[in-house]
Amino acid sequence: MNYPEHIPAKKFEFVQQDAQIHDLKFETEPVGYLKDAFRRFRKNKSSVIGGIVIIILILFALITPFISRYGVSDRDAYYAYALPKNNLFSKLGFWDGCQTVTVNQQTYDRYEAIPGAVVKHISEEAADARDSRKGSTHKIRLDTYAKVGYIYKTITDQEYQDILAYEKKTGIQVLYPLIDSSQVKAAAYQNDANAWYLTNEKGVAKRDKEGKLRDIYLLDEEGNPLYTKPVGNGTQHEVRVLYSTWYQMLNGEHASFLFGADANGYDILVRIASGARLSFLLSIGVSAINLFLGIFIGSLEGYYGGKFDLIMERIKEFLYEIPTIVIFSLFQLHLASKVGPVVSLLFAFIFFGWIHTSSTVRAQFYRFKGQEYVMAARTLGAKDSRLIFRHILPNGIGYIITASVLSIPSTILSEASLSYLGILNLQTDTMTSIGTMLSNGQSTLSTYPHCLFFPAAFIALLMICFNMFGNGLRDAFNPSLRGADEG
Amino acid sequence: MKKYIAKRIMLMFVTAFVTMTVLFVLIRLLPNHVHAALGGYAKQEEMMREAWGYNKPIIVQYGIFLKNVFTEWNWGFCTEVGTYLQPVTEYVTSKLPATIYINVISVVFSIPLGVIFGVIAANYKNRWQDHIINFFIMLFISVPSFVFAFFLQYIVGFKLGLLPLVMKSGTDYFTWAMLRSAIMPILAMSFYIIAGDMRYVRAELTETMTSDYMLLARTKGLTRRQALFRHALRNSMVPLVPTFLADVIYVISGSMIIEQIFAVPGIGKVFVLSVTSRDYSVLQFVAMFYTCIDLVAALLFDLSYGLIDPRIRMGGGKNNELS
Repeated sequence: MNYPEHIPAKKFEFVQQDAQIHDLKFETEPVGYLKDAFRRFRKNKSSVIGGIVIIILILFALITPFISRYGVSDRDAYYAYALPKNNLFSKLGFWDGCQTVTVNQQTYDRYEAIPGAVVKHISEEAADARDSRKGSTHKIRLDTYAKVGYIYKTITDQEYQDILAYEKKTGIQVLYPLIDSSQVKAAAYQNDANAWYLTNEKGVAKRDKEGKLRDIYLLDEEGNPLYTKPVGNGTQHEVRVLYSTWYQMLNGEHASFLFGADANGYDILVRIASGARLSFLLSIGVSAINLFLGIFIGSLEGYYGGKFDLIMERIKEFLYEIPTIVIFSLFQLHLASKVGPVVSLLFAFIFFGWIHTSSTVRAQFYRFKGQEYVMAARTLGAKDSRLIFRHILPNGIGYIITASVLSIPSTILSEASLSYLGILNLQTDTMTSIGTMLSNGQSTLSTYPHCLFFPAAFIALLMICFNMFGNGLRDAFNPSLRGADEG
Repeated sequence: MKKYIAKRIMLMFVTAFVTMTVLFVLIRLLPNHVHAALGGYAKQEEMMREAWGYNKPIIVQYGIFLKNVFTEWNWGFCTEVGTYLQPVTEYVTSKLPATIYINVISVVFSIPLGVIFGVIAANYKNRWQDHIINFFIMLFISVPSFVFAFFLQYIVGFKLGLLPLVMKSGTDYFTWAMLRSAIMPILAMSFYIIAGDMRYVRAELTETMTSDYMLLARTKGLTRRQALFRHALRNSMVPLVPTFLADVIYVISGSMIIEQIFAVPGIGKVFVLSVTSRDYSVLQFVAMFYTCIDLVAALLFDLSYGLIDPRIRMGGGKNNELS
């Protein structure tokens, strides 16, 4: 060999001595599948709003029981059907727990005798002179909290002393004079603590010349009204109290239910939150369990195929044909008395819920398990579990995530429907469900629509938001499905 | 094709039979008390259990049940719901007309509306008409039908007093009074069907509009409207007809919630009553009834694809040949 002589050997150097010959780093940030999906999701404004509202509703369900004045099992039968009231707005004339009603003369007299009950007297229609049955009617704005009025209480001596001390300290009158029952003419008012005024037999007040009510208090020998009457060997007192001040004395403030109270006097706000909490827990639990079961069964079916696949497919076909309502009913009838309604509902949801996920997963496996990259991985010695979880399953992750998120609202809706129909009974003192509240509220739809309005609005809002959120999620994870929508 | 249909129908009967067996066993295993018609005396109750065959082994009971069903069409008698000892078949059949009445009207009313609005949305894609229709699709699909039902009942029925709050009882289905009382349940039920149909029609039609033959149709000189109605609409109806068919079949299964809210004396209400008051013979029959509807609907749904679109080969093997 002839080397060129005019280049000295020492001028040569090894090219690769220090050179770094691998790929350059990406200048831009790497974008993975999830990140890409999230980026697409963020572009869809309505889905983002839907997601935010869902989070707010979940937080509402979680936090309300802690910050509310009332507990789930707090009930006050005196305030049954009390209307929604917010102390901030009550001065402005709405959200004030008041109701506009038209009442006859007797009822009007009774409400007028209660301090604070008649907020505003709107109009009066005089009695019909030709028809004696028709008395005059009054259109009034009635405070549904104050209208409870006076009640009789039997208290111990100690409690009596406490009340007197409270009255002295705060200057709020709690005790009111007892009524002389011999002067009560109307039969209906015989035991009514609110009938402290003189009436005729029909219960219409007999007023004095100035139109004021005339009291019929029980008097002692000196003509002073009596505030207490001993009962039960004199160890206890019978007293007549104004319920709102009595409530204030016990609880420190007046009652006010933000969403009103239902037929049993439960606070609707906290009952909705507790019902929603149950729904969320149940639906997320169902979704998670079905996701797990579906992936497990679907992978085995799809990857190994054969007899197992054949048998599972027949079982699925059979389960799929039975109407879900029949499955729910049978689970309730069989298991509700043994493991409780919630657990048997959970079982029913799981019983057929995995079918959909497992079919999706199975289809993914059939599509991808014969492809070259899987064969390459197998040739390189990848085990079955690695092929399943690293190579094939991630292909369908978008579908699977979307399907299990979308199953949450349908679970909530099923639960509400079943409890509305009465097939599922979730109503106890410490637990309720939106469906039960709807069912209870329906009977008083015309007189007290608030019992129905708030649960119905809650579930409608939740469903709209979940649908918006789900649509965005589907588009984000499966951009190829957008074709039909975007055109 | 014929072989495939025969196979599917056979399979359907097998599934129905298996379901019936499972339902029978599950229902008979429930704590089965006999309605104490005679004042709850233990001896009488025992005699009734004996007479009605509840003391025999369950397989024997099933044999008797099958014999009664297949020879006399006797599914047992009502105990808790309906008239005492009335045959179940008679009782349930008497409840069918009300359900069918409401559902038929609602389907007949919804499908054309759904198609019309779907076509409008597809035609005015991404314009304001489309956005408004999309908003309503979202609203009607998401909001549960009972919320609409309450809303209608309160606003239209109670506040405005335009329509009766609940459906009229009786069997005079072709009178104005009956139709008037059925308007609200029909409306409450229709929103969901209309929205579903609108969504399908819109999605199908927009996809068809992007296909090559639509471009050809426009190129050869058809106006947009002509191309839409003569070519796109016809083709996009193919996958929609099975959906409408399923709508029609589900007509007789009824909506339990709507029937409950508007006091419709229909089949959905019978099912709920049979569960809550535990009348097991009625439950068995209605559950079987629902199962059969599901099976028939699924079968027709599958077959109609092949009947409407000859390109789809039913039951073909992997080469998509006729079997």
